[in-house]
Amino acid sequence: MSHLLEVKNLNVKFALRFGELTAIDGVSFTLDKGEKLGLVGESGAGKSVTGFAIINLISKPGYIADGQVLFDGQQLTTLDEDALRRIRGDRISMIFQDPMMTLNPVLTVGAQMIETLKAHQRLTNRQAREIALETLQKVRIPSPEKRLNQYPHEFSGGMRQRIVIAIALITNPALIIADEPTTALDVTIQAEIMDLLQALCASEKMGLILITHDLGVVSQVTEKIAVMYAGKIVESGPTVDIITTPRHPYTQGLINALPGSRQPGETLSQIPGMMPTLTDIPPGCAFHPRCNFKTLVCEMEVPLLMSRFDRARSVACHIKDN
Amino acid sequence: MFRRFKDSYLFYSFKQDKTAILSFAILMLLLVLGSLAPVIAPFDPYDPNSIDIMNAELPPAWAGEGEAQFWLGTDIQGRDLLSTILYGLRLSILIGLGAVGLQALLGILVGLAAGYLGGKTDAVLMRMADIQLSFPYLMVAIFISAIFQVVFGIGRYEQLAVPLLIVIIGLAEWPVYARTVRASVLGEKKKEYVEAARVIGLNRRLIMFRHVLPNSLTAVMVISTIQVANAVMSEAALSFLGLGMPITKPSLGALIKSGFEYIFSGSWWITLFPGVLLVLLVLVINLLGDWLRDVLNPKLYKG
Amino acid sequence: MENSQNSLLTLENLDKHFDISGGLLDQLAFEGLRLTRKRTIVRAVNGVSLDILPGETLSVVGESGCGKSTLARTIMGLYAPENGAVYYRGARIDRLTARQMLPFRRKMQMIFQDPYASLNPRKTVKAILREPVRFHNRTLTNGQVLERVEAVMEQVGVDPKWADRHPHEFSGGQRQRISIARALMVDPEFIVADEPVSALDVSIQAQILNLMMQAQAERGLTYLFITHDLSVVQHISTRVAVMYLGHLCEVAPAADLFASPFHPYTQALLSAIPKLGARTSNHVKLKGEVPTPIDLPDGCIFHPRCIYAKAVCRKMVPKFREIEPGRRAACFFAGKVGISWLPAQGGLKNL
Repeated sequence: MSHLLEVKNLNVKFALRFGELTAIDGVSFTLDKGEKLGLVGESGAGKSVTGFAIINLISKPGYIADGQVLFDGQQLTTLDEDALRRIRGDRISMIFQDPMMTLNPVLTVGAQMIETLKAHQRLTNRQAREIALETLQKVRIPSPEKRLNQYPHEFSGGMRQRIVIAIALITNPALIIADEPTTALDVTIQAEIMDLLQALCASEKMGLILITHDLGVVSQVTEKIAVMYAGKIVESGPTVDIITTPRHPYTQGLINALPGSRQPGETLSQIPGMMPTLTDIPPGCAFHPRCNFKTLVCEMEVPLLMSRFDRARSVACHIKDN
Repeated sequence: MFRRFKDSYLFYSFKQDKTAILSFAILMLLLVLGSLAPVIAPFDPYDPNSIDIMNAELPPAWAGEGEAQFWLGTDIQGRDLLSTILYGLRLSILIGLGAVGLQALLGILVGLAAGYLGGKTDAVLMRMADIQLSFPYLMVAIFISAIFQVVFGIGRYEQLAVPLLIVIIGLAEWPVYARTVRASVLGEKKKEYVEAARVIGLNRRLIMFRHVLPNSLTAVMVISTIQVANAVMSEAALSFLGLGMPITKPSLGALIKSGFEYIFSGSWWITLFPGVLLVLLVLVINLLGDWLRDVLNPKLYKG
Repeated sequence: MENSQNSLLTLENLDKHFDISGGLLDQLAFEGLRLTRKRTIVRAVNGVSLDILPGETLSVVGESGCGKSTLARTIMGLYAPENGAVYYRGARIDRLTARQMLPFRRKMQMIFQDPYASLNPRKTVKAILREPVRFHNRTLTNGQVLERVEAVMEQVGVDPKWADRHPHEFSGGQRQRISIARALMVDPEFIVADEPVSALDVSIQAQILNLMMQAQAERGLTYLFITHDLSVVQHISTRVAVMYLGHLCEVAPAADLFASPFHPYTQALLSAIPKLGARTSNHVKLKGEVPTPIDLPDGCIFHPRCIYAKAVCRKMVPKFREIEPGRRAACFFAGKVGISWLPAQGGLKNL
């Protein structure tokens, strides 16, 4: 069966003045129609770069050094810019953390939606406006007629993110990549936006890649999780399994570090140290300096992401029965 | 300290930029030539005894009628042009740096006070700056030097011309500094480290000078280079108009002017050589300023 | 105030407003044909009364723009309140001159949110940490000050041999440790922490929270903890104060608040926390948009978004009253409205 998206051994490098940095190292995963994947990791883990690499939007000095991104069977890494542009924003949309970065402050919301639509489809202004209205209703924005003619600054933060989602949805994409879509928002609004994304994925049969540092959010929305550390996926599998029985020491550490995992007032379990910067990734397993279970082999050999326990789960760790 | 500088981004990008290296080398050469003028110049142009009016308007040494001891020829008073240019360069640089020092001092104080204290202080100080900027500096210079020459007489003027020009040019452009510093201070004072200093209990003076000011100086460094070039040009312009250095103590501008009157009688060298030097000086300073602005752009580099 | 005599810090009816109307020219506006002067006032903190007891961690939670950071800064004397008073151990501190404030500065310190902006980038760690001690203890010798710097660096887990480095050479978590060290340098009793872990990654966040709890245990510190992260609040707080649009909605011991929130806003807030593994979306959905603190709604501040709002809520302002011993809330129906998942309510009790 062919997947909606298949990422194979993706490598992204940055050519800098003191040499090359590997930002993404051999990342592979698949996503089916209507499936929701959470890409989890701390800042600097390479999760955003992965998102950009999927739509081949890595800007200099970065470049895709190796690997394949198959979207509906089409290889995106070798596609020319024109063909890519037809796919981006049409078949694949992106949602970013800060809605004000995505929205143009001097154009009305309606103008921006219609512009996106007309860039990909031959429509009259009238038809485009109709679709824009429908989409605003879909993201549950009250009085869309009036809202269409307003500027981004007239919306609240949560409403702005809805507009961004509406713009992402307007072309009926098959895949949405959402990069920390609710990090800048308050919890009550975050809950609403996540509800919305979930409902839309179900009704429109869209695939969703949710990039975030928040395990709580991911666990509520997605079916699959891939945990990233220092440019690599260290563990992947069904959300429920990963949350309830994390196998990689890093995933375990992350989950145990959440304040909710201990009784109030108790000392939280913490992962010592911090994530290495790309310039000094340790040899062997990148996590070994912070790992409580490390053995000699961890310092020498890079563990491969292998299927373990059952076919759906993979872990990149030398320790056999975590 | 030196090691830190050697490893810094500033030094790294300097090494990468050939224009910056060349400009810096030329500027250093000019600065050394200027400051060592009394040592290396073959003649002392300020010493009336060494001047022989019979040597006036000799062309450069390589031209037909030139004399070997006057390598670049002589000016209309018979002074060795090379020596006069070196002394003039010295004066131009001195006035440029002095004026910028005065501008910076005034501007930083005003900008810091206006930006940090805000409110009425800010309004009053910045309106003063606006008023100052709305006077063309040439007009101010004409007023001041005319009044000065009338009050103290030409003789005293010759002695006090250098400090006077520093004050005139310095007063003319301090608002540039004040505005830059104020903008930068407004950005800095919102940052949490300033609040942290207030929480410690430091008084306003300490916070302004020890915390806010050092973090606002990047912008000052960038405009300072451009302002030195501007000040040198202003001095040259004033001298060219006869409002600057007297002909007995010519700066580059005054030399260009003195030669300009004889350019049609064929004495091109008196104007050309100081002119070329002036262009070179201003050009390398501006090139360095451009480079510095790119490097220190906080959007490109943090730290 | 019931506890005023033994409380460490007392806030009485505190108001903090900001005039954002700009200069005179910006204020002028045409109304019809008449030129009028319009002022725009942001009512960031309104009538907040609160007691902070010695040794406790009182968390102030609320969403962005609810005035919690302004409250923190007003307490620290960074802003002067329009009305009301702040008492520290019974002494009024909100009208003091900078000099009179100095003895209190030694007792009250603050930790900031942004570890990148809260340390002066031009100073070394040593200089940053030395400054408060030098300023408050002029008699100490250089050696004594240095000893103290090293001791505190050790305590917060930053190697003292890095004292000569500049802040940009440290990671976010380490900077936050330095920021905590700076607050601890003068040996304070009371620390206001303004979102100290919001900018940090989960694994680092746990390190910093542990450090703060450990410092509290060792030094008997009292914290006022400002945050929007409810799971952090649940973990570290003794008591919790919930703020909405500059007003206090509810104050309660942490365990009680999380078990049975009284105020509809608290209920909505708690139900929205993403819980690990809980695949539900039955959070309380609020209606409408958050009003701006420039024109606050009449009556109960929360009524335009409240699903239980009645006629009385639109007209009258509910008093911030005691509902149960130690628990106060500003709602006419506090404790009488709620949703089924709240165990203390015993089922759905909609009015």
